[in-house]
Amino acid sequence: MEYLTSLVSLALIASAIRVTMPILLTALGAVYAERGGVVNIGLEGIMIMGTFFGAVGDFFFAQAFPSLVQAVPDLAPVAGVLAAILAGIAFALIHALVTVTFRVNQIISGVALNLLAAGLARFLNILLFTQATQSPGVRGFTPIDIPLLRDVPALGLLVRGISPMIVVGLLLVVISQWVLLRTRFGLRLRAVGEYPLAADTLGISVTRMRYAGVLLSGALAGMAGAYLAIEQAHLYFEGMTQGRGFIALAAMIFGNWWPLGALGASALFGYFDALSLRVVRLPVPYQFISVLPHVVTILVLAGFVRRAQMPAADGVPYSKEEE
Amino acid sequence: MQIRRGSRAALAMIAVVALVIVGCARQQAQQPAGPEKLKIGIVYDVGGRGDLSFNDMAYAGLQRAQQEFGDRIETRDLEPTAGGENREELLRLLAGEGFDLIFGIGFLFTDSVQRVAKEFPNVKFGLVDGFIPDLTEDSNVACLLFNEHEGSFLVGAAAALKSTTNVIGFVGGMKIPLIEKFEAGFIAGARYVKPNIRVLSDYAGTTGEAFRDPVKGKELALAQYDRRADIIYHASGGTGIGVFEAAVTRDRLAIGVDADQSLTVKEDQRGRILTSMLKRVDVAVYETIKAFIENQYKGGYRTFGLANDGVGYAENDYNRDMIADIKPRLEELKQKIVAGEIKVPQSRAELETFLKTIPK
Repeated sequence: MEYLTSLVSLALIASAIRVTMPILLTALGAVYAERGGVVNIGLEGIMIMGTFFGAVGDFFFAQAFPSLVQAVPDLAPVAGVLAAILAGIAFALIHALVTVTFRVNQIISGVALNLLAAGLARFLNILLFTQATQSPGVRGFTPIDIPLLRDVPALGLLVRGISPMIVVGLLLVVISQWVLLRTRFGLRLRAVGEYPLAADTLGISVTRMRYAGVLLSGALAGMAGAYLAIEQAHLYFEGMTQGRGFIALAAMIFGNWWPLGALGASALFGYFDALSLRVVRLPVPYQFISVLPHVVTILVLAGFVRRAQMPAADGVPYSKEEE
Repeated sequence: MQIRRGSRAALAMIAVVALVIVGCARQQAQQPAGPEKLKIGIVYDVGGRGDLSFNDMAYAGLQRAQQEFGDRIETRDLEPTAGGENREELLRLLAGEGFDLIFGIGFLFTDSVQRVAKEFPNVKFGLVDGFIPDLTEDSNVACLLFNEHEGSFLVGAAAALKSTTNVIGFVGGMKIPLIEKFEAGFIAGARYVKPNIRVLSDYAGTTGEAFRDPVKGKELALAQYDRRADIIYHASGGTGIGVFEAAVTRDRLAIGVDADQSLTVKEDQRGRILTSMLKRVDVAVYETIKAFIENQYKGGYRTFGLANDGVGYAENDYNRDMIADIKPRLEELKQKIVAGEIKVPQSRAELETFLKTIPK
């Protein structure tokens, strides 16, 4: 009985939300890239850049402007997040350039990005901090309470003392869903991912839309990395992403290439992840629990649960001459 | 078009080669001339420098030797990749470059040191935490071992004496016998002074990654604090940084490991560290280097325990007041262990038998 109630305890759900965030943000990024027709498996690498530059931005901002940070402590983590987003965009730009402009195989470019990120982070870390695998500790955001909801005692841990990035992340999901469904930009992005020739004929710049999608994915994955480094661990640690970029891709696919779907899938991954950490006295080893969402993903992809509907031109380079 | 592409590739190749040559040339220029120095190298465990505990202690030992014998030795330290897969490569790299004494820091080096030591019989090795059977004084490997269970016993007693909820916790890194030694000692110490105390116990994983996952460390610790633990002892390298974060978040206490972590963590975490289980890797590294320089190097086994201050509990400016009331009790326990009156268990199995001997 003890573990049945602990399955839905507030502490567990709060923990699940924290674990979900980095996966969710990256999955959201993947939605933008793939809706525009570019597969970005370099997201793991971009996330690594995000963790590193998140910590770097945070750390050096605090060092450069001590009096400013003393007055407004949250400025340092904001600088970290911005640095991570910029680094993510810069890294995604490589992917966009290589895959959209030069039409290189998207998988290969992504793999190259992942390799580059791992090496680059270590190199820069030695350069900046004279040690290879981690940065000094950095400051996180001041935890916030959600107005209105914070007085509801039943919600307790879920609405009090949480990271502001969680709120921002959840808002981004809703905004993204709206952008993709209801705005001109979203419609064009999807058109480019489904049938680029048609979009091109109507005067939409396929290149520009795909660049936008990929750069957005970089920004979001960078932000996810920043969340890991600044909010979760309060430092950069080599390999701290632990393959979350790939899990995010799975979440995006599981979520059927929609932001709300990605939210559901990420939450599922996050919940089981948190569960495997919390419920230690289950009759089955915790590894079984943490493997569950991945099994479900495979079943979904194999079409057992429902058909995955990926954008028709996803992963296909587009060129005017060859069509 | 074809030709241009070809020439471009050639240009790129030339650029890369030129860079490499320039890089090598600069490195050679940096080599100091002068009398032959003894070359001493260290390869760290996963977690690497900056873990504020295990590896940083090894580095401290190397630094101390560098300061004292700077004119006679030349040192170099290397960090393996995140998963530590290239640790053997790095050992071999140092041995191949003519290093005279090489340290492998950590249990995970056991097999690698054994292999590389066989290949380079003229190079001496120091292996921290690893046990290679059948070594003699003439072997070129010295195993530097610690009685972590003894130190853990003391901090376990400290946690039990200080706990107000009667629940304390343990967060381990990788689930291996070495870390279970910490756990067994900790539980034994806690139960010895308070037979009815509850000890929660979790591990971060079963691979080397478990020593470098502060995110998981934080979640595990938060879960234990939520289950009413008020003091958590971690033996998990860099993962423990997350445990301290959790202690700050929940306003509870934590116990550090290896180094005196009150001194190495961030400002806001210092007040949350009750004490640390000291494991003097720095002493082990330093003394091995010293012996080597004085031609006293001996292979085989060397054990650092409570008796020779190789392990212990930390007292510093931040926790002195916190542990003042229990210090006499801890010292008394320490004497009993040194005298052999208390035989601290080293494994789960030994712990079971030990717990039966405690009078309720």
